[in-house]
Amino acid sequence: MSDPDLSWIEQALTAARPQAIGALLRYFRNLDTAEEAFQEACLRALKHWRENGPPRDPAAWLIFVGRNVAIDTARRRGREEALPPDEVISDLDDAERALAERLDDTHYRDDILRLLFICCHPDLPATQQIALALRIVSGLSVSEIANAFLVSEAAMEQRITRAKRAVAQAGVPFEAPGAPERASRLGAVAAMIYLLFNEGYSSSHGEVPLRAPLCAEAIRLARLLLRLFPSEPEIMGLLALLLLQHARAAARFDADGQIVLLEEQDRSLWNRDQIAQALALIDKAMRHNRPAPYQVQAAIAALHARAARPQDTDWAQIDSLYAVLERMQPSPVVTLNRAVAVAKVRGAAAALEMIEPLAARLSGYFHFFGVKGAFLMQLGRAEEARNAFGRAISLAHTAAEAAHIRMHLDRLMKESRAEAGAAEKSS
Amino acid sequence: MLYAIFCYNDEDVVFSWTKEQDDAVMTKLSTVHQKLAKNGKLGPAVRLMPTTAATTVRKDQEPPLVLDGPFAETKEQLLGFYVVDCAQLEEAIEFARDLARVNPGGAYEIRPVRLYLPGSDMSERP
Repeated sequence: MSDPDLSWIEQALTAARPQAIGALLRYFRNLDTAEEAFQEACLRALKHWRENGPPRDPAAWLIFVGRNVAIDTARRRGREEALPPDEVISDLDDAERALAERLDDTHYRDDILRLLFICCHPDLPATQQIALALRIVSGLSVSEIANAFLVSEAAMEQRITRAKRAVAQAGVPFEAPGAPERASRLGAVAAMIYLLFNEGYSSSHGEVPLRAPLCAEAIRLARLLLRLFPSEPEIMGLLALLLLQHARAAARFDADGQIVLLEEQDRSLWNRDQIAQALALIDKAMRHNRPAPYQVQAAIAALHARAARPQDTDWAQIDSLYAVLERMQPSPVVTLNRAVAVAKVRGAAAALEMIEPLAARLSGYFHFFGVKGAFLMQLGRAEEARNAFGRAISLAHTAAEAAHIRMHLDRLMKESRAEAGAAEKSS
Repeated sequence: MLYAIFCYNDEDVVFSWTKEQDDAVMTKLSTVHQKLAKNGKLGPAVRLMPTTAATTVRKDQEPPLVLDGPFAETKEQLLGFYVVDCAQLEEAIEFARDLARVNPGGAYEIRPVRLYLPGSDMSERP
């Protein structure tokens, strides 16, 4: 599909995919059947749409064609295999009648939510959840996903197959969810989208081109979710948070692939369009008066985005938002982040005091030692700072992380040499 | 006659464009804009954020109800509009055809303007 004139078909197929597969899954109650039906419908769309132009409702077209194709296939196979029992293709009559009215909001919403939800089954490890969502909901190829996860295609194929099997065994929840069930599905899906984003975000320089699509895909899914549930402030918060973090993507690494800290980033590289969208969403979310973790994190990110220069950052407000987040979602990592704000407002000594109790729980956490080293350095405790940075390097996940800490160490080294030199001279 | 030209497209598609794709479309569109602009026929033009950023105030009840999301759930969403000054409808349609050539998909709705208030120049605002 490299023909530029056909890129619109590709885009329409991608956009219609979650809805179409979601509906096909409701009809056939089997993920593989739904996927095959969708693939077949896409092949026909390529031919048909190219000749006749786009249908008014691409998703409805794909559902209708995919459904018929799958039924034909089942009938043909019927000679060898028994036809699926009637209840398996339960909604068929309903669908036939309603090609026009099929866009019933609740069905449409629940179809997509179900499709997303089965990808984040609690039995699946996070990496499998994300891989499954990328394959099934986003339609990325196995090799694209393998590239993004920096594993071989065979390994990824295996991971996805295993995840699909686990999902099939767990049984897909097909009954229309009640309000509490819907809310809990929504929470699980939001968490999976956030994981997906972080998977893409936590890359080092050389991996950026491979992993950036994960961030874009997470944003697309968050936006899809918000369109389904337009008055959920926490989904507004999630989308705002992702947009704000993604807006800084171009400034996060320098030309040599080194990490550039928030305060040292060239703010003219921040994507103002994404920031403006995020701020609009936070505004909307606040009206609901139902603060929750994504909204608070988005509000913190927004304070950074609003500051034209690093020194304009409202650290006191960031400190108090982290305090709110600590109460909502107590975690040593949140406290660690808060300490960075505390260091700005009340000094490194207060911040160091705040993180010392976390040492046992964060003993394997790169950022803990990076932050601790920075506080110690500010307090002039060079030897302890060196130790902390040494620990950080041993825990770094990426070359860029390690290089960043080494830069601190070099600075300490230079300072101590300068001091030693000064001491010699004065003696 | 002043016409408003409303731009409808599938926002799932438009907001999935990469920055490069988006920039490419915007560059091609600005060439089309030039044709009208150089004759002073291109008025204000607006590009909108996605409908997820929209809020609707329903005033068919008292007090009005504030709802999240766009006024209408549609397959294609209102994503922007132009105001143009055209001698006849045909000229406005021609402009829409030119736009469509570089930005296919969706639809343009052309509506004659009944009242035009230019308001303040807000072009310097973010």
